[in-house]
Amino acid sequence: MMTSTPQSTETTKPTLAVWKFASCDGCQLTLLDCEDHLLDVIGRIDIAYFPEASSAMVAGPYDVSLVEGSITTLSDAERIAEIRRQSKVLITIGACATAGGIQALRNGRDISEFVGIVYAHPEFISTLDTSTPIADHVEVDFELRGCPIDPGQLIETIAAHLAGRPARIPTTSVCVECKARANPCIMVAAGTPCLGPVTMGGCGALCPAYGRGCYGCFGPMEQPNTASLVRWFGQLGLGDREIARAFRSFNGWAEPFRAAADSIETNGIGS
Amino acid sequence: MTARAGTRTIDVDGLSELVDHLWALGYEVWGPRLDNGVIAPGVLRSVRDLPLGWTDEQEPGHYRTRSRDDGARFGYAVGPRSYKELLHPARQQVWTMTRDDAGELTVAMAEPEPVRRAFFGVRPCELAAIAKQDRVLTEGPHADPVYSANRADVLIVAVDCGDPAATCFCPSLATGPRSGPGHDLAVTELAGPDPSGRDSHYVVRVGSPRGQAVLDAVPSRPTQPNELAAADVVVTTASEAMTRSLDTDHIAELVYNHLTGPQWNEVAERCLACGNCTLVCPTCFCTNLVDVTDLTGHETTRWRVWDTCFSTEFSHLGPGPIRASTASRYRQWFSHKLAGWIDQFDESGCVGCGRCITWCPVGIDITAELAVMRAAEGAER
Repeated sequence: MMTSTPQSTETTKPTLAVWKFASCDGCQLTLLDCEDHLLDVIGRIDIAYFPEASSAMVAGPYDVSLVEGSITTLSDAERIAEIRRQSKVLITIGACATAGGIQALRNGRDISEFVGIVYAHPEFISTLDTSTPIADHVEVDFELRGCPIDPGQLIETIAAHLAGRPARIPTTSVCVECKARANPCIMVAAGTPCLGPVTMGGCGALCPAYGRGCYGCFGPMEQPNTASLVRWFGQLGLGDREIARAFRSFNGWAEPFRAAADSIETNGIGS
Repeated sequence: MTARAGTRTIDVDGLSELVDHLWALGYEVWGPRLDNGVIAPGVLRSVRDLPLGWTDEQEPGHYRTRSRDDGARFGYAVGPRSYKELLHPARQQVWTMTRDDAGELTVAMAEPEPVRRAFFGVRPCELAAIAKQDRVLTEGPHADPVYSANRADVLIVAVDCGDPAATCFCPSLATGPRSGPGHDLAVTELAGPDPSGRDSHYVVRVGSPRGQAVLDAVPSRPTQPNELAAADVVVTTASEAMTRSLDTDHIAELVYNHLTGPQWNEVAERCLACGNCTLVCPTCFCTNLVDVTDLTGHETTRWRVWDTCFSTEFSHLGPGPIRASTASRYRQWFSHKLAGWIDQFDESGCVGCGRCITWCPVGIDITAELAVMRAAEGAER
């Protein structure tokens, strides 16, 4: 549409905007990867603002905003506040937006030292000391986990919104998905450390299906018992440092994983 | 030892012909195979697919396959998977509802496809587990159509246990190591080579006319008294080898008398609430219903999926989960399995297979937890 008037095309269709903050774009790409469903999405929704996909940029307000990425600069903190004002429903997508992402490893460290090492001209860099999830800055209506998010869960979230029902996103462990696809447990059967028993499902137990321990991409499950898993990792022969590092990854700033890693680094893995 | 009329002995060729004959009769034959580091049910094209030369080693939270050098084809205990995944699948379509342009709704019920399957090498504990699920899912006023369809034409060749795992405790539940009722044929493996160098042979008991007809179609001979004695030794040795046990004396009363106390919080310090115990349990049957709407708003599909009482959603009522703590959820699983099931179905929900012990990622042991309760009872007296 060659107009910038919001919702001027088909007024019955809700408008969707997709926003990027500090992130790798992978979660936005997941929307484009929903190939089988993409035409259905466009049939039901006006994509009003999605620079990754279209140069057409319709001004707000928007019915639904999908927000990728974490807040790492002052200007981003201001931008997300404006996006919140322009959005009826704000859904965060991915580990960066929901937990601060891998870049939250800088939190609690000396940011000026990092900037000095990484950039040839540190004086050009204006950044916050922390990488924080969107929900630390504005009210979030729904969080979709994952690094990256799962296409099926994204479609479910959009379909649920269109149907006016809650999205069905299970908060149980990766183990539930592992057993449903008849994977043998790699921790029990091979001694491979796996974060699956404390990580929320959503990936379909992708890594364990290929013999790799879960990396925790979907963040902490409901009521995760990290202390018990940490003790078991110790019995499998892992050292404090390895275990702490396992928790400090994409969702390392999510409170239960952060607390687990902090506790190991302060007190060791315990008995 | 009494003479057992109709008991026959077959050799490895006979076993091979038995599998081939089942295929010829139109059965899709499933049996234990070495698959992805575990021994688990898979499609058994021929007797060569059996895990000859393999055994397993199991401890709480620990499972490994190991090679063995005799001629045993059934020299291992149960793995993580069971025939539950075929009879009561993890994910099953229930219905699809469509809305046409006029707004008219049409519901199409999923019609379960009848399948003819033979389960070859079913362990006594699994036989008992199938019987328990039969009771729950096919008896009473609301027979489960999916389970019933999957179960209707299943032929079962059971195999007695000769090499139980350290996590096994079937004698406590009287489900093994000798196969009980429910089989069409039951086999005891006499693993070769014996001192005279003879290869493995198999003592076969008949459990049904259908089983008899299958056995009649393969070469066999009357079982010799020494073979019957050897078959008895296999199961008595297996029984004596099992070190774990579950004291079932007045067990429901014991559990109900200990629904409070420090034990549950102590378990919850270790329990991950991951749900693995319920998912590997061959009798756990709970499911959830999930509706998936499509983006066009014209089609909704209802799926039935395995659920676990270890999730908070499982007990979610109006105000929230009524079993909000891991302690309450472990207690729910434990007390239903060992006590509530008896009230509902006049038998235990446990078959003593040990899967929940081996496949708990942190090795929580149901027999040890019951022993803690027994000790508490002793201290109270």
